[in-house]
Amino acid sequence: MTKRIGVFDIVNVLILAFVAAVALFPFIHMASVSLSSAHYVVRNEVSFWPKGVQFDVYGEVLRDNRLLVGYKNTIIYVVLGTALSLFFTSMGAYSLSKRTLTFGKQIMLFIVFTMLFSGGMIPTYLVVRSYHLMDTVWAMVLPGLISTWNLIVMRTFFQGIPAEIEESGKIDGSSDIRTLFSIVLPLSKPVLMTIGLFYAVGIWNNFFHALLYLREESLYPLQLVIRNIVMVGQIGDAITSAASEQQGIVLESLKYAFILVGTLPILVVYPFIQRHFVNGVLIGSVKG
Amino acid sequence: MKPTLIRNLKRDRTYFLLLAPVLLYYVLFKYVPMFGIIVSFKDYNLFAGVWKSDWVGLKYYKMFFQNPDAYDIIKNTFVLGIYKVVFGFPAPIILALLLNELRWKAYKRFVQTVSYLPHFLSAVVASGIIIMLLSPSTGWINHVIQSFGFEPVNFLQQASWFRTVYISSEIWQEIGWGSIIYLAALTAIDPQLYEAARIDGANRWKQTLHVTLPGIAPAIVILFILQIGKILEFGFDKVYLLSNPATYETSDIIATYVYRMGIIQGNFSYATAIDLFMGIIGLVFVYSANQVSRRLGETSLW
Repeated sequence: MTKRIGVFDIVNVLILAFVAAVALFPFIHMASVSLSSAHYVVRNEVSFWPKGVQFDVYGEVLRDNRLLVGYKNTIIYVVLGTALSLFFTSMGAYSLSKRTLTFGKQIMLFIVFTMLFSGGMIPTYLVVRSYHLMDTVWAMVLPGLISTWNLIVMRTFFQGIPAEIEESGKIDGSSDIRTLFSIVLPLSKPVLMTIGLFYAVGIWNNFFHALLYLREESLYPLQLVIRNIVMVGQIGDAITSAASEQQGIVLESLKYAFILVGTLPILVVYPFIQRHFVNGVLIGSVKG
Repeated sequence: MKPTLIRNLKRDRTYFLLLAPVLLYYVLFKYVPMFGIIVSFKDYNLFAGVWKSDWVGLKYYKMFFQNPDAYDIIKNTFVLGIYKVVFGFPAPIILALLLNELRWKAYKRFVQTVSYLPHFLSAVVASGIIIMLLSPSTGWINHVIQSFGFEPVNFLQQASWFRTVYISSEIWQEIGWGSIIYLAALTAIDPQLYEAARIDGANRWKQTLHVTLPGIAPAIVILFILQIGKILEFGFDKVYLLSNPATYETSDIIATYVYRMGIIQGNFSYATAIDLFMGIIGLVFVYSANQVSRRLGETSLW
């Protein structure tokens, strides 16, 4: 059967090109504006391609102390949080994957119920405060330690590992803990990778917990720093004076540069990790 | 009976040990706050704490319903939720169907990969981009509007624009990501069905109508029900970041109001009362949605 290219095919290609353009354009535009010289930016002449390329803005951005502190804090939260979340989630999910687990059903109900109903923003805030977690690194790690969705995805994955594989280990006399670490976890690298990435991106992007639980500026993660600079408009003194001296930097370029520098890690790793995310969604959808 | 239970508990002791930190997390960060809800029936006193503050019964619930803003806030929450379903739900299905019709595989992969990207942006970055692009003086979108000879629009300062801006930004961020499940469902359709339809003389539109759509209908139904269950769940972040006092008329939803009343103004009891009221309505939605999906004999959440 020959396949002809009809009008619909052409229209379809164009519609999808539009979808791709809408997804990508903001990034191209931000990069162009941040790289263009003030002369063109002020006159709104930049859309797709940078005009009068200059890198001064990035020099200013990288000299901003708040950004560096934000970067450092975010990296600490991501590394610490991902490690702990992944560790505890996989331990819990492994136990819950045992169909014979005593009270297994009741425990699952206890966990799933929290997806339906929660104490809400204020009681959670009061509780976190009463644990003395405010203005500590732990405020960014503990309140979101376990994601129920991730726990369920992992449990589903572990349940799919044939029981014979584990039993063969047990016959050789290995303990439950050894079975987990030397047989189950090595078989689970893809799901560990996926869930680890979900946690890492979640913590990298976490704005809400920082907004609620952090008042101390030296603990602010990148998201809060970007919010303050881009939306609240707290452009640092150093930058405004430098900018007015040079007359070469526009606020708009500066803000776009901040956003881009803050998103860069995600943009850089994205092409490599998106397959893992897609797998995660598909494992999750099995259970609905 | 008893000896078996003890034997089983003993057999499972390693698993309980592994599970203990997880259960502790749920108790400390999920269940303790649920009990903290009693603060909404009390006059929260910073020095007395939640437990020792005085009981005031339904005072704060009455206060909310006597507040002239209450109606608007509840309405805003529902309207935004309904718009999100009406406009946000079909978008990924349409994208998946269009991608499915694409014969140029490399291009398909490219569009897919690119369309997932906005999903990974944080609320701060997404809102930052939107605010910058929509700026009446420097934003690119207003620049385009002006180049067609129209007046620039101050999108984020006008209540009438808030819902459009918010829903469009949600579609921008989630359309690609949402299409993943449908694309997976599409690959499960038996190719022989298309063959048979072609032999019966069905064109591509007819094939889509009679083979493709019925093939993904179960996925659509389930996701629709789940979506209805989550109608009142919003990412607080983006609504909070995109709204401002000029647009509260349409942009102030329960979550942002609770944040302002509770965290900013320190009126913990009042804010918790509102949150609980909405939490119970939300629970009714999720529970009913799950019952419906269970009755349909498909999957259920629990």
